[in-house]
Amino acid sequence: MSFPWAKEYKPSHPLMQWLDEKLPLPRFVYNAVGAGYPVPRNLNYMWNFGILAGVCLMLQIVTGVVLAMHYAANSGVAFDSVEHIMRDVNWGWMLRYAHANGASAFFVVVYIHIFRGFFYSSYKPPREMIWLLGVTIFLLMMATAFMGYVLPWGQMSFWGAKVITGLFSAIPVVGTPLQQWLLGGFAPDNAALNRFFSLHFLLPFVILGVVILHIWALHIPGSSNPTGVEVKSESDTVPFHPYYTAKDGFGLGVFAILYCTMLFFLPNALGHPDNYIQANPLSTPAHIVPEWYFWPFYAILRAFTADFLFIPAKLMGVLAMFSAILVWFFLPWLDTSPVRSGHYRPLFRKFFYLLVIDVLVLGYCGGSPAETKYVLISQIAATYYFLHFLVILPIVASIEKPAPLPFSITQAVLGKDDQTAPAA
Amino acid sequence: MADEAIVNASGTDTPAVHDGSGGEDGVRRRDFINIAAVSFAGVGGLAVLVPLVSQMAPSADVLAESSTEIDISQIAPGQAIKAVFRKQPVFVRNLTPTEISEADKVPVSSLRDPQTLEERTKPGKTNWLITMGVCTHLGCVPLGAGEGEVKGEFGGYFCPCHGSVYDTAARIRKGPAPKNLEVPPYEFTSDTVVKIG
Repeated sequence: MSFPWAKEYKPSHPLMQWLDEKLPLPRFVYNAVGAGYPVPRNLNYMWNFGILAGVCLMLQIVTGVVLAMHYAANSGVAFDSVEHIMRDVNWGWMLRYAHANGASAFFVVVYIHIFRGFFYSSYKPPREMIWLLGVTIFLLMMATAFMGYVLPWGQMSFWGAKVITGLFSAIPVVGTPLQQWLLGGFAPDNAALNRFFSLHFLLPFVILGVVILHIWALHIPGSSNPTGVEVKSESDTVPFHPYYTAKDGFGLGVFAILYCTMLFFLPNALGHPDNYIQANPLSTPAHIVPEWYFWPFYAILRAFTADFLFIPAKLMGVLAMFSAILVWFFLPWLDTSPVRSGHYRPLFRKFFYLLVIDVLVLGYCGGSPAETKYVLISQIAATYYFLHFLVILPIVASIEKPAPLPFSITQAVLGKDDQTAPAA
Repeated sequence: MADEAIVNASGTDTPAVHDGSGGEDGVRRRDFINIAAVSFAGVGGLAVLVPLVSQMAPSADVLAESSTEIDISQIAPGQAIKAVFRKQPVFVRNLTPTEISEADKVPVSSLRDPQTLEERTKPGKTNWLITMGVCTHLGCVPLGAGEGEVKGEFGGYFCPCHGSVYDTAARIRKGPAPKNLEVPPYEFTSDTVVKIG
């Protein structure tokens, strides 16, 4: 599971020795995030975001479980119970804002984590399984976040639920029955609210399970690093503790400052005022938008306005939106370049930054009203998005001349490596 | 089984026939029992899924709310009201003669979802346009039924979510929606009362 020079867990206290014999949980932790896990010595701050995502998940689980003690999942009282949390429950306002902004923080962190993966090609062998599990976690997060947003039963909650479950009605033949089955009715109502609450409570623990698999899969090849060169010898690594517990601790501090700024000074900046109006099935808000973290995908959904052959525009939009994430599953086999890190891939690097801009443009359009100019920009940006993954990446991999790689991580850091072959 | 084992153990019978290692056609008794047991357990397991899946479907009380009676005597020509049917809005609209002739002027073949106004209303009651107030794109409530709401460039309904435009027969004319506004099943129980569902 690890490198041969990994330190072994040797408990000195008799109680710990006894525990290690019966249930080696401390040994497991020691080997996972302690001194028993050797990590490349050159990780930069982009490698902080995995731990930060874990912190966000725990934050959401803790605040979520507490909120569930005061929330009532019934369409008659759900909206009032959220106001009860905000006004009457001790510290309720803080817990709810912590949970709502925690969701945004979680997505910020995870998006950076994913784009770190894009830039450093973290998905390449031998780490494909880590990547596949990561994309699975992201899909579960999206489902969880969507259902959580429905629970306050405001106008955006209701119409978000209606529009998103309406996506399923685009599926030929079974679409409408499927939508009614998902909602337990003809429109979002008590049945839908209750099941969304149930699943919103369950899914974070499913995510936790997949996160454990994600980390398990990570510890088989070990962490990647900014050079993309695999670990060759002990001088390439440092123990996770204390080196990266300290570095992650610093990152966590910076994260906490930004998060608390949002939580205490701008708690509603990322929300929609319409969600403080109780759900009304007879009146649609003038401008329905999902939460910001869905905007790029929402823009892709809306980019399809004309039928394509026999496929109606609505179905095309739905298929494209889901494909925009599903295409990530194929990334390890689309990008065939043997070089991992974007630092050594001059052509790839340019396209990476173009993709970042493209996704930001999609996000901006997804948050804007469905006006012709935004739809037109979305169409161009959505086309480029798919071109990047399906066409540009394979072509770049085959024509690009990568810059020379360092012999080892040690050489990249120190400029020399005693283990280096004579050539260096 | 136990008897056979005793017989085999005593050696009074040929083991090849009774030890379960193969009959004349090569089918082992033990394989048969294995497959039969797993199959029955599998069928049983699948049967458990039926209630688990079915509980998600609309429940009896939700289905029971599936008809609505509406008094239409107060709706003047050119006016519309919103009613509720299956927790969703229904538009009941009293079309003016101009709106009817506008709808009839459109060549049906040019429509995305070809239907005439006559096909979408009851005979002799062409002025009563009764449709769901649910955009066929993603389910928003289109504007145009309430007083002062935007009716869109074809004088019918306009969905603000993604810009679908419906004409005076509530047929889709522009935008992403694939179908005309749905006409629910309904009947006139008298000249002034309509029963939907």
